[in-house]
Amino acid sequence: MNVARAVGLGAIVALGGNSNRYDEPVTDDLAISARGLVKVFNRGTTVRALDGFDLSVKKGTVTGLLGPNGSGKTTAVRILATILAADEGTAEIMGLDVNKNSADVRRTIGLAGQYATVDENLTGRENLRMVGQLTHMTKAMAKVKAEELLERFNLLDAGDRTVKTYSGGMRRRLDLAAALVAEPPVLFLDEPTTGLDPQSRNDLWEIIEQLVAGGTTVLLTTQYLEEADRLAEDIVVIDKGKVIAKGTPAELKAQLGTTVVEVTFSSHEAAISASAVLEQELKKSPMREGSMLELTVENGPKVAADVLRALDAAGFDILGLALREPSLDDVFLSLTGQRTKAELAVEEAPRKGRRRSTSPEEVAK
Amino acid sequence: MSTVTIAQVEKLPPAQRLMWAFRDMKVVTWRNLMASLRIPEAIFFSSLQPIMFVLLFRYVFGGAIPVPGVSYVNFLMPGIFVQTVCFGAVATAIGLSEDLSKGLIERFRALPMARSAVLAGRTTADLVRNIFVLVILTVVGILVGFRLDNGVLNFLLGCLVMIVFAYSLSWGFAIIGLKAPNAETAQLMSFPILFPITFASGAFAPVETMPHWLQTFATYQPVGVVVSATRSLMVGGPFLDTTKIYWAFAWSAVLLAVFSVLAVRSYRKVG
Repeated sequence: MNVARAVGLGAIVALGGNSNRYDEPVTDDLAISARGLVKVFNRGTTVRALDGFDLSVKKGTVTGLLGPNGSGKTTAVRILATILAADEGTAEIMGLDVNKNSADVRRTIGLAGQYATVDENLTGRENLRMVGQLTHMTKAMAKVKAEELLERFNLLDAGDRTVKTYSGGMRRRLDLAAALVAEPPVLFLDEPTTGLDPQSRNDLWEIIEQLVAGGTTVLLTTQYLEEADRLAEDIVVIDKGKVIAKGTPAELKAQLGTTVVEVTFSSHEAAISASAVLEQELKKSPMREGSMLELTVENGPKVAADVLRALDAAGFDILGLALREPSLDDVFLSLTGQRTKAELAVEEAPRKGRRRSTSPEEVAK
Repeated sequence: MSTVTIAQVEKLPPAQRLMWAFRDMKVVTWRNLMASLRIPEAIFFSSLQPIMFVLLFRYVFGGAIPVPGVSYVNFLMPGIFVQTVCFGAVATAIGLSEDLSKGLIERFRALPMARSAVLAGRTTADLVRNIFVLVILTVVGILVGFRLDNGVLNFLLGCLVMIVFAYSLSWGFAIIGLKAPNAETAQLMSFPILFPITFASGAFAPVETMPHWLQTFATYQPVGVVVSATRSLMVGGPFLDTTKIYWAFAWSAVLLAVFSVLAVRSYRKVG
């Protein structure tokens, strides 16, 4: 019901003349914006790593940048982090141009990469202090900050060991900690969990979620759709240096147009007569499987609501209602023609779509 | 977190920026020295190699190399010192190459630190390491018969000449470190440059004994000049040649100017 109210409000605002507000975010709201980025590498052959790349990330949100290997994800992040200069196009971080104000941009960003770029001959504590000093904190402040981060990332016991002795998960945590020393409002995470075991990955996800709760804007590149699904509010799919799709995870899944609405009844007979009602009221012909009806539709949630309304009006008793969405892996595959790492890993046991069950009462509200 | 805390770095007074660049350089220098202290084996063996050279030339080749006016060990030591500090530049190439391949430079480049600090910190750390090796080598030299006959002050001045030169040279090898695909290759690329300039220099044998065409090269190329200048200060006597000292500093200044510009340019391009 809150949703309905919010939509109503939006309509009023739109009538008030600010029709722009709900399709393109105003620049002030953007933490990261890139327009028409082009980057060409000449390594034997010419590769257009980025070929007109656009990106808008609103302040305080997590955007997942998704793409297969070599799609340009890392190149985009490196340009936004001022490590690399684009050949064409412009990019701003918190309104600061990455070329003209690169030094200021570097003060507003943190970067944690897939290779955990910490000095393995230094201890964890020394690494953090060094980064603190290089962001121009006083020595004392860098010390305090290092202790604080070691504690927060559960590295206090390992603080005086050289990074060489750390496990992969510990290195990533330290790397992320190093990116956070200066408390940057914008954080770039370049495949932060690639190659980590499930436990370490979960630990890292929790840390990232805490950061976002604290207001940090995050741009996350990943090949794991599960990661994007869990962390990102918006997803941008990139392939061959171009954005080929964007939206919320649910929107992207809806693009595939194969949401399945499942309605379960108390008996076969109820299902058969309900099928007739739906055919008449909604002009849809469901598949029946025992006491369950299945509708394959483009807009699952709306159809589910219609189905409920029609069946409720006709006085049917519904035992269960479920929306089965295609997985993001299906979306990714259909968009890029490439499988993701996660999918390759479970090749033998193909994924069924995930079930998002909703009780009839909840939907009825 | 708000934009207020984001200092407008670009608009800072130059003096402040210079101070920060210096601080950044100090931090990176500390980091490099710290990292090498953590690998004591590397320190041990990098000190061992010049000691081997001293023993090799003092006792194996030395007898066959006649030197007019002074004992061979006194002639040799300034040459070995110069050769050693020049070879120290390989560490600059290897170190930078490793930082690059491990992605550490990537982290540095995303930090609001001075862009010069990575290179300046590396070369300065290698300068400190060179001084450390020089101290060890002086002790070894004295043990095998080297004497500071021209006075301690002149000896120290001689050290200064070669340390300054080695610092310039390590900016040149920084370029190799940034261009090489990996640390091993950086090392392999360094030796074909170092061998001719250190051996065809009068470091180990008098230039006069070389064929005429090589004499010209050995006399005027930078390492040859630095060897003559160092020997002029440390040994004096028949080797006294004050103009060589000025020439040594001139070479150092020219090389530093050229190499540092090229190194910074390569650094901006990497990645």
